[in-house]
Amino acid sequence: MGDRPQALVLRTAGTNCDAELCAAFELAGADVKMVHVDRLAEDPTPIERAAIIGLPGGFSHGDDIAAGRVFAVKLREHLGNALRAAAERGALMIGPCNGFQVMVQAGLLPSVGGEQELALAENAGGRFIDRWSRVEADADSVCLWTKPFVEGEYSQEALVLPVAHGEGRVVPRNGQVIERLASNGQIAFRYAEEVNGSVDHIAGICDPTGRIFGLMPHPE
Amino acid sequence: MTTLASDVSVQVRRFEVRPSELAGDPVAARVVREAKSALGVEIDSARTAKCYIVEAALTQEQADRVLQDLLVDPVLEVGVEGGAASAEATVEVWPLPGVMDPAAQTVRTAIAELLGVEPGSIEVTTGIRYDFIGVSTDDLRSVATQLLSNPVIEHVEYSVWTPTELAHPAPVDQSVRTVDFAGMNDERLMQLSKDGHLFLNLEEMRAIRDHFAKLGRAATDIELETIAQTWSEHCVHKTLKAQVRYTEAKSATPVIDFAKIPGCTVHSDGSVRIDNLLKRTVAAATFELIEDGLDWTLSIFVDNSGVIRFDDETAVCMKVETHNRPSAIEPYGGAATGIGGCIRDIIGTGLAAKPIANTDVFCVANPEQESLPPGVLHPRRILTRVVDGVRDYGNRMGIPTVNGAVHFDDRYIGNPLVFAGCIGILPIGLEKGDPQLGDLIVALGGRTGKDGIHGATFSSGELTDTHADEFSHAVQIGNAIEEKRVLDAILRARDAEERPLYSAITDCGAGGFSSAVGEMGEKIGASVDLEQAPLKYTGLRYDEVWISESQERMVLAVPQANLSALQTICDEEHVEFAVLGTFGHADTDGNPELILRWEGSEVGRLSMPFLHDGVPMPTREAVWGEPQSSKAAEQQSGQSSSVEERLLARLADPNTASKRWIVQQYDHEVQGGTVAKPLVGIHADGPGDGAVIQPARSSRQGLAIANGLSLSAGNDAPDSDPYRMAIEGIDECVRNLVCVGADPSRIAILDNFCWPSCDDARNMAALVRACVGCYNGAKAYRTPFVSGKDSLNNQFRYTDQQGNEHLIEIPYTLLISGMGIVPDIAKAMTSDAKPVAGSKLLIVRGEGDLLEAGPRTAHLVAEFIANHPVLAAHDASEGGVLTAAAEMLIGGHDVALTWETHLEAFAEHPTTYLLQIPADLESVALAHFKGIAHSAGTFKVGETGLDAERFSVSDDDLRRAFFGTLDW
Repeated sequence: MGDRPQALVLRTAGTNCDAELCAAFELAGADVKMVHVDRLAEDPTPIERAAIIGLPGGFSHGDDIAAGRVFAVKLREHLGNALRAAAERGALMIGPCNGFQVMVQAGLLPSVGGEQELALAENAGGRFIDRWSRVEADADSVCLWTKPFVEGEYSQEALVLPVAHGEGRVVPRNGQVIERLASNGQIAFRYAEEVNGSVDHIAGICDPTGRIFGLMPHPE
Repeated sequence: MTTLASDVSVQVRRFEVRPSELAGDPVAARVVREAKSALGVEIDSARTAKCYIVEAALTQEQADRVLQDLLVDPVLEVGVEGGAASAEATVEVWPLPGVMDPAAQTVRTAIAELLGVEPGSIEVTTGIRYDFIGVSTDDLRSVATQLLSNPVIEHVEYSVWTPTELAHPAPVDQSVRTVDFAGMNDERLMQLSKDGHLFLNLEEMRAIRDHFAKLGRAATDIELETIAQTWSEHCVHKTLKAQVRYTEAKSATPVIDFAKIPGCTVHSDGSVRIDNLLKRTVAAATFELIEDGLDWTLSIFVDNSGVIRFDDETAVCMKVETHNRPSAIEPYGGAATGIGGCIRDIIGTGLAAKPIANTDVFCVANPEQESLPPGVLHPRRILTRVVDGVRDYGNRMGIPTVNGAVHFDDRYIGNPLVFAGCIGILPIGLEKGDPQLGDLIVALGGRTGKDGIHGATFSSGELTDTHADEFSHAVQIGNAIEEKRVLDAILRARDAEERPLYSAITDCGAGGFSSAVGEMGEKIGASVDLEQAPLKYTGLRYDEVWISESQERMVLAVPQANLSALQTICDEEHVEFAVLGTFGHADTDGNPELILRWEGSEVGRLSMPFLHDGVPMPTREAVWGEPQSSKAAEQQSGQSSSVEERLLARLADPNTASKRWIVQQYDHEVQGGTVAKPLVGIHADGPGDGAVIQPARSSRQGLAIANGLSLSAGNDAPDSDPYRMAIEGIDECVRNLVCVGADPSRIAILDNFCWPSCDDARNMAALVRACVGCYNGAKAYRTPFVSGKDSLNNQFRYTDQQGNEHLIEIPYTLLISGMGIVPDIAKAMTSDAKPVAGSKLLIVRGEGDLLEAGPRTAHLVAEFIANHPVLAAHDASEGGVLTAAAEMLIGGHDVALTWETHLEAFAEHPTTYLLQIPADLESVALAHFKGIAHSAGTFKVGETGLDAERFSVSDDDLRRAFFGTLDW
């Protein structure tokens, strides 16, 4: 306790990578609290206290309608202001897999409060896939989460991560979106091989500040 | 919460959501591909749309919000209210009324939350629309009925479907129906059994008649149903627990010495009497091992799964079940509810275990079939849909599916086998639970509907070509998210305080509440108020509520004092909760009794001793005769062809070929503890022998999971002795576990027998021999059975167009599943060849009596792996040692093998291991294995492929053969 940053992990029905995300935050030196999103809707105080917010992987609400949709609608409808405030005061956010799908639809990525500019569509192969993939961090990205893989301690190491999803193909609203993301340094991770048909092999993106990061692979 | 606007009337609206041009339509593309590959139908193009029918009082503004804010993705999709015009041909697939539609439940709750209204005022159903261009009407119908839908659970529409209202079942008559047995003769008893779908035999019907005669009253419908469920083969295993009279044809050297098995009496005429087959064989092996000092089993044969010690704080448990009948009729729902039910068995073990891994094994007919018997689904469709089912349920539950197998044999054509397994973890001290007098009977989870009525009795009979019509109500669709919520709530209730908030827990499986409450209350009785059960819809009679097998329900025994704490947890997790009654009730003689009431009136009263011990156990006849000339003679395919051709043919055989397309659809990483994965090697494409998981992050100890599947070459083939088959199954399971690093002295195993009808004396004798094989095998390997299950009557009867009756029996099939402790996960082993120049391939094969050589070799191999830097280990099974060596190369990368042995390349022997070892370890290894190891080859780096003095095969050819067959 004391100096350790507070990490908050949000869960809902069907969340299932929560234990891994909590363990990863703990390993990295945070104190972790996990809260059901419906409790936060009643009382968002834990969001105000969190230095790091994690949206875990899983099949939130069965991924019915579309992957992450119902969880995203809950965040948008009940916690939009609280999450925007957290972003404004510089909280870090990460969402692997289902968390990424949620962030994109809840208006957290590619920029907080912006319109939905991209989506995670059904894999090009038309089915769920579980495999490991080599992933490369973009050297020009502003992403804080991937910095260690660009410069410093881990920059020489190959990054091979598990991917496990049915809907992970990045589709932008139009061609300009990807250009803009690239010039803003918002493309953080790319697959080094063909995985799901994602445009430009994009595996993960961040917001313009580099603090909010969503990705399909599972670094946790 | 508000209700919907009262000035708006209830109205049916249809919403349609279509992928935009930008998004593409991978599902449609897959349908086009599958129509061609599975049905030979060419389609020019296809498009899909997700459809929703919403029946509610919504204003137009609210309806627009539902569409735009909930149902449509603004980047990927275009949504409309109503239905777009058909381009050319339209097919829509919708669930039949009453069939579980998980997406509809999610949509309904989400609409309610979005609009801030009560979900009760909204009805939803979800469907999928396909638009095709360039397909004939006939082809359209076959695609719709054979690829896109199943009439057992779905209806197909050939135009845009907008009902005027959704079906609302009418209330039903709840008056009590009684059966007066007085004077009923045998014929009428059997007619009653058949008409009521009771699946009870004459002895059992007589016992029921006599019981009620003694009571001097008629039986009620619900009493008969309860007895039929409790006495079903599925629940009571009356064949395996029966007394058996076994005889065999005189033979010079009998394989089995029955005189050595306690509990078997050998008579002077040579016949053998076994008083309880399961108890004297499979279970006896475990109890004898325990008596002999084996001290790490914790709860065996008494609970929903078998529990063993993992370390000082933690226990692990495992269960494997079959879901054959439902999967034959509706493979997707059958497999999904199969794994769902097995997961609930783990949740319902002791005072609740957390599921940490799933397994699955499928047996189907060969995928290339020209014609099919009537009433049978194509094996390719069965396999793809059971995979879909396991994937959708297991992945959604967040449980990694880590191990499995597929076996193809045409004798499974009408009766495929679907085995689903689950492994759980629980704290030591929570491995047992008993309901206490006065505890409340609490049902948690899904609501009760008409689905799955008569599942237990249906699964106990044989399949026929008309079963799909008669038993469609026994088929169900699962709702994994419901079960995930239940799991989250139960683990919270378990860990909330010092002790769990409940004193016992079990799942509602076959037989529904009747089995769950009946079993929990066996010793202390129970009284139940059936109207308290939350229902999916009106229209269920009280007896249907009692026996329905609706999924995702658990029953808990909860002390009064803990009720509100449990209620709070359930409310927070959105898990429905109902108090059905109380445990503890006895008749005037002190015998525990089951009382059933509906709205205050008694509708049933049964004595627990009669219910649980009253089933007559007649003696079963078992005759092991002279083997017939084999119908399924072993085909030594391509004896005359070259080694290369034979090797490639073996690798391309569906039974050996890569199952990558299946494995990659399962999440095997979730929970972050999968150490050795089902696909191995740097490119994750080699076949693994088993999986290793790390159940507890705090411990370096691992748990290995593997299986050994054996089946008879022909049920009356001369070389196909189920006794030996069982021992070889144990051997294979042990080898697979040892090859991934398990300690062979810490392996627990499970049996799953799938057999044809045991009314046939030869089949019964085969079962006896397999059970004795299990007994001798488990004792020899010191691998206790901790749980098991049998599925009998696996045979398919049909009448062909000429009016001739046919019967297809499945081969005798025994699945041995095992879990073993891996002392250190860093020593977990995989089968892929590592690129180490000059390293050696060592073949280790125990010689002599399998019961002696098998365990000894397993221990020698495990010791060697534990103490030396072994590079790879693989067991040789189908296809012999050369095929196994080729598999090691396929998983490897940048490595080749020179084959340097004259060992018979394709012969299949048990007790055979392949090890890759560094060159400098060769002499140590040969000394360690004392004459049972042979140096068989040398690995080279910088090259690929397999070569020998007389043949060579390129890596490309190996891979093409191995991956080409099942690349679906």
